[in-house]
Amino acid sequence: MRRISLTVNGVQHEGMVEPRQLLVYFLREQLGLTGTNVGCDTSTCGACTILVNGNAAKSCTLLAVQADGAEITTIEGLASNGEMHPLQKAFHENHGLQCGYCTPGMIMASLDLIANNDDLNDEDVRIGLEGNLCRCTGYQNIVKSVQQAAGEMRSPAST
Amino acid sequence: MIPAEFDYELAESGEHALQLLEQHGDEAKLLAGGHSLLPLMKLRLATPSMLIDIGRLDDMSYISDDGDAIAIGALTRHEVVEGSDVLKEHCAIVAHTAGEIGDRQVRHFGTIGGSLAHGDPASDLPTVMLALDAQVVVRSSSGERTVAANEFFTGLFETALGPTDLLTEIRVPKLTGGWSYQKFHHRAQDWAIVGVAAVQRNGGASVALTNMGEVPLRASGVEQALASGNDAAAAAEEAAENTSPPSDPFGSADYRRALAKVLTRRALQEAMGR
Ligand SMILES: Cc1cc2nc3c(=O)[nH]c(=O)nc-3n(C[C@H](O)[C@H](O)[C@H](O)COP(=O)(O)OP(=O)(O)OC[C@H]3O[C@@H](n4cnc5c(N)ncnc54)[C@H](O)[C@@H]3O)c2cc1C
Ligand code: FES
Ligand code: FES
Repeated sequence: MRRISLTVNGVQHEGMVEPRQLLVYFLREQLGLTGTNVGCDTSTCGACTILVNGNAAKSCTLLAVQADGAEITTIEGLASNGEMHPLQKAFHENHGLQCGYCTPGMIMASLDLIANNDDLNDEDVRIGLEGNLCRCTGYQNIVKSVQQAAGEMRSPAST
Repeated sequence: MIPAEFDYELAESGEHALQLLEQHGDEAKLLAGGHSLLPLMKLRLATPSMLIDIGRLDDMSYISDDGDAIAIGALTRHEVVEGSDVLKEHCAIVAHTAGEIGDRQVRHFGTIGGSLAHGDPASDLPTVMLALDAQVVVRSSSGERTVAANEFFTGLFETALGPTDLLTEIRVPKLTGGWSYQKFHHRAQDWAIVGVAAVQRNGGASVALTNMGEVPLRASGVEQALASGNDAAAAAEEAAENTSPPSDPFGSADYRRALAKVLTRRALQEAMGR
């Protein structure tokens, strides 16, 4: 067992983990943060996407020990004071989800995409989210949601 | 899916990683980004008893202009390679191809050293390295050596790296001519069904193929046809010569042979037009 210490959604956590413990199971089972979903468990679907030091990552393909010392953001870290994050609000308003299974990963991947690109057209959003699969929506409304949120996040005055 | 049990050591320096490799030998595997190794370990297709994590060796992540060549540290993430201004100026095919790998999440963790060391014939960067005649710098406790790309990939998931070797740097030449990497895949994030790298160099063109055999292959038939005056379309007809492509649910071997010719023609036309 190894001791790891990491910050998740601004809160410092310590844990004892087996080296083979995957980060997603550490978050879900040890910290009880079940918002991050496991879809494929084979690095393909992106449902398990979180931010590690600000970078979108598939948490089913990282060991918890690799995240020792890291700053992690999960879907639970987005809303503040009971207010949904612009991305959450946009997915809600634009039917950016149906069953919702892919949604936490879609939102975390979108957050990374928006933060790293000043100007995104629809094609950029589609390519930027290539690592996230949705079985329900057909993506149209996901792209719409990301565009609405990107606009809102860039002009915070309008909120 | 959970990997089989293993012990874990965090390497604090390249030297330390080499010491740990000496100590644990065959039983140990290096862990860089883990985006090839961990999926295999989860499927228990790989069951190393020790992982030596080199993922935090930040001094092995760099891209520097070294006169005739660009030196790329083995731990440089695909995302950094993709965005590198030095590479975009002097060897843009490497930056472009790194950006074609997987998806953003994968590019945040996967490293160029891991891509080469893994020896997967469906990987994109090995093909580009072969077309560029890149040099691979390898260190072990007995010293440093340089291996040419055409001697590096020795078999399916096998390379010139021994169990106690650390790949430290990749050296690519500066290009003055055109280039192209054509990757054909059925969904955006996927691996290449077939890929073709073409680079104008030394008055001719070098062409290499992804996923057309157990290792990345140089399309020497195409190169010779060009050298003897054939145009791109005619030369591309030689692309499937001496290949042994796999058959899988994405395409039969015959389909891949046909695809290799089409992609080679497109790659040559793009490289010559650039
Ligand atoms: C969903 C997904 C999609 C992908 N799509 C593509 C794609 O389209 N094209 C593509 O080319 N790749 C693709 N990849 C693979 C990705 O590029 C990998 O990250 C890369 O191949 C391996 O890099 P790594 O740093 O993750 O290596 P690791 O997984 O850490 O290591 C791979 C192997 O190399 C060895 N190794 C690593 N570094 C060194 C070193 N410095 N010296 C000696 N040995 C070393 C390890 O011991 C291990 O055996 C994909 C991966 C995933 C998960
Ligand atoms: S669960 Fe991690 S990518 Fe699908
Ligand atoms: S909403 Fe069901 S998978 Fe995307």
